Amino acid sequence: MANNKSSAFIDNLPKIYGMYTGGFLVFVLLMAILEQMGVSADTIGILFVAFTIVIYAGIGWLSRTMAVDAYYVAGRQVPAVFNGMATAADWMSGASFVAMAGGIYFGGHGYLAFVVGWTGGYILVASLMAPYLRKFGCYTVPDFIGTRYGGNLPRFLGVIVLAVASFTYVTAQINATGTIAARALQIPFEVGVWFGLLGILLCSMLGGMRAVTWTQVAQYIVLIIAYLVPVFWMSNKQGFGLIPQFVYGDAVQRITELEAMWGLGTLPAVSGAAGGLSALSKPFAAASDSAMDSWKFVTLVACMMLGTASLPHILMRYFTTPSVRAARQSVAWSLMFIFLLYFTAPALATFTKLQILDPELATGIIGKSIADVQALEWIQKWHNVGFLQIIDANADGILQLNEFFMRGDIVVLATPEIAGLPYVISGLVAAGGMAAAMSTADGLLLAIANALSHDLYYKIIDPQAETKKRLLVARILLLAIGAAGAFVASLKLTSILGAVAWAFDFACSGLFFPIVLGIWWKRANRQGAIAGMVGGFVAGSLYLYWVAPAFLNNTPWLGIDHLRFGMIGMPVSLVLMVVVSLMTPEPDAETQAMVDEIRVPSGDTVLGSSH
Amino acid sequence: MIDISKREEHWRRTKGLMIVTLTIWFIFSFVVHWFAHGLNSVTFFGWPLGFYMAAQGSEIVFVLTLFWFVKAQDKIDRDCGLAEED
Repeated sequence: MANNKSSAFIDNLPKIYGMYTGGFLVFVLLMAILEQMGVSADTIGILFVAFTIVIYAGIGWLSRTMAVDAYYVAGRQVPAVFNGMATAADWMSGASFVAMAGGIYFGGHGYLAFVVGWTGGYILVASLMAPYLRKFGCYTVPDFIGTRYGGNLPRFLGVIVLAVASFTYVTAQINATGTIAARALQIPFEVGVWFGLLGILLCSMLGGMRAVTWTQVAQYIVLIIAYLVPVFWMSNKQGFGLIPQFVYGDAVQRITELEAMWGLGTLPAVSGAAGGLSALSKPFAAASDSAMDSWKFVTLVACMMLGTASLPHILMRYFTTPSVRAARQSVAWSLMFIFLLYFTAPALATFTKLQILDPELATGIIGKSIADVQALEWIQKWHNVGFLQIIDANADGILQLNEFFMRGDIVVLATPEIAGLPYVISGLVAAGGMAAAMSTADGLLLAIANALSHDLYYKIIDPQAETKKRLLVARILLLAIGAAGAFVASLKLTSILGAVAWAFDFACSGLFFPIVLGIWWKRANRQGAIAGMVGGFVAGSLYLYWVAPAFLNNTPWLGIDHLRFGMIGMPVSLVLMVVVSLMTPEPDAETQAMVDEIRVPSGDTVLGSSH
Repeated sequence: MIDISKREEHWRRTKGLMIVTLTIWFIFSFVVHWFAHGLNSVTFFGWPLGFYMAAQGSEIVFVLTLFWFVKAQDKIDRDCGLAEED
C-alpha cells in the first residue's frame, strides 16, 4: 500500500518538480510586479527568503517517515537524474554560490584550481567508489568500513574522521545561512544563525534522508535559477553576448590589457582597509611559469578531488538510487548539474571585473573621479555594510586600482546592482545563496547524525535497539549536532573558505585509501585499515596544526600550506595501510568473497535492505 | 550460479575501463595545468588556452568522460551477463 503510493510519487516526479519550477518563476514575477508597485526592497528580500524556507519545510513535513530504510537511504528509490540534482545541491555550498566567483575575481588563474578540483573528483566517485558502495548496501560510510574490515574499531575510527571532516564543513554552512538570513531578514547575525538552523532542521528532522533528498532537489532548482538568471540578464543588457559562458575569451584578453594600463603589480600596496577587504593585486589570466606555482595548483586540485571522493555526505547520496547502474548514471548527472554553475562562475568574475576596470563602459569606476564613484548607488549601499572601501592614498581625487577595496562576495551579491538590474534579482540571489548553504548543511548534519546513530549507537552500543528507538536517537543527535554547529558558527572562528578546504583535506587524509582499497584490493585487512585511518588523519591534523596561520603558523614545507594538508595525510595513509596489511594475515575467505560480490552489479546487496 | 570465467572477464574489463578513465582524468586534472604558462601563449577562441582549460576546458572533458564511462561500463556488464534486471 505504502509502496504503491510512493511509486506513484516517483513516477510523477518530473511533473511535480516541473510545477514547482513554474510556481517559483511565477513567484519571482509576482515579486517583480510588487517592486514596480513600490513595495520596498527590504520587504521583497524578506519575502524571497521566507517563502522559499516555508516551501522546503513543507517538503520536509510531507516526507516524514518512521521506516529505517526511508530515513537512512530514502527507501533506495531516487531516480538517477533527481539524485543528480540533489547531489549538486548537497555539493554546492554557500561558498560555491557566494564566494567562488569572487575568489576567481581576486585570485585569477590560481584560484581556478578550486573549480578544477571540485569537478574532477566526480570521476573518482564514479569509477572507484559509488557503484560498489551502492552494491554493498550500506547506510553510511563507516557502515562499509566496519563491515568490510570487521570489528568495532575500524567502524569507530570511520565515525571519528567523518564527524571531524563534516563538522568543520557544517559550521561554515550554518555561518553562511546566518549571514544571509541576517541580511535578508534584518536580524542580528547571532539570531540569524539559529534561524538558519531552524530552517535546516525543519527539512531533515522528520524524514531523514528522504526529506533531505526532496528538499535538495527543490533547493537545486532555486539555486541554479538564482545563479544563472542574473548572469544571463547582465550579459545581454551590457551587450557581452547571448550566452556569456561561451564568449568571454575576448573579455579575458581585454582585462589583461587593462591591468597593464592601470599598472597592476607596479602600484604600491595601500594599507588601512578593513579586515576581509582586498584590492586587486594578482593578474587575472596569466599563469606563473615557476614550478612551485604549478605544484601549488596541482596539489590543491589533488586534495580537493580526492577529498570529493571521500566526503561521506556526497558518497551517501549514491546509496539512495534504485540500482548500481542508476548510481553510476547519477554521478554523471551530478557533475553535469554542478558544471552548470561552475563554468558560469569564471564568466561572471570576468564580466564583473571588466565592468569595473573598463573606462569605456558606463559601469567602469577605475580612473574616474572618486567623488563621482562615491555618488553611485551600489557603491554607497555596499560601503554602508562594510563590503567595500575607497582610500585615496595619493590624494589625487582619482580612483586607482590599488585604492579600491572590496569583499569577494560582492561579485555575486552586487552583480544585479552594478549592471543596474531591478532589485527583484537581488532578492532572488539571496534566496539562491540560502538554498545553497541550507542544502549542504542538511546533507552534512544528516551524515554526522546518521553515522553516530547507526554506527556508534546501533552497531556498537545497543545492537538490540528497536526501530522506533533507533530513529528517535537519530533525531535527537541531529538536533544536538545542529545546535553544536550553530554555537560554533556564532563564534565566527574561521573564514568560510579555510574551513571548507579543511573538510576536504580531513576527509581524504583519513578515508580515501581505506574506502578505495577496501573495494579494489582484496588483501587490505583490518590492521591495515586502522593504521591507514589513524596514521593519515593524525599526520594530516598535526601538520595542519603546525602550518595553519591560526595555530603555529610555520613556513609551509614544499609549498604545502594549510589548504593542502591532505598532501601530508594521504601518502602517510597509503603507505601505512599497504605496509601494515602486508605484514599481517590476509582477510578471511568470507571477507574476500564479500569483496568479489560488490564488484558484480547484479544480485542482492551484501547488507540486507534493513539492517 | 554465475559463471566464474564471466566474472573474471567482467572484472578484467572493468579494471581496464577504470585505468583508461583515470588516465584521462589525470591528464586533464594535472598535466594540462602544470603547463598552463606555456599554454597561455596559445589563443583559443579568444581565451589564453591555459586559463581556458582551468576555467572551462577540463570541466567539459570531465562531464563528457563521465557520461562515456557510464555507457562503457553498462556495456561491459551486459556483455558479461552481469547487468541488473530492469
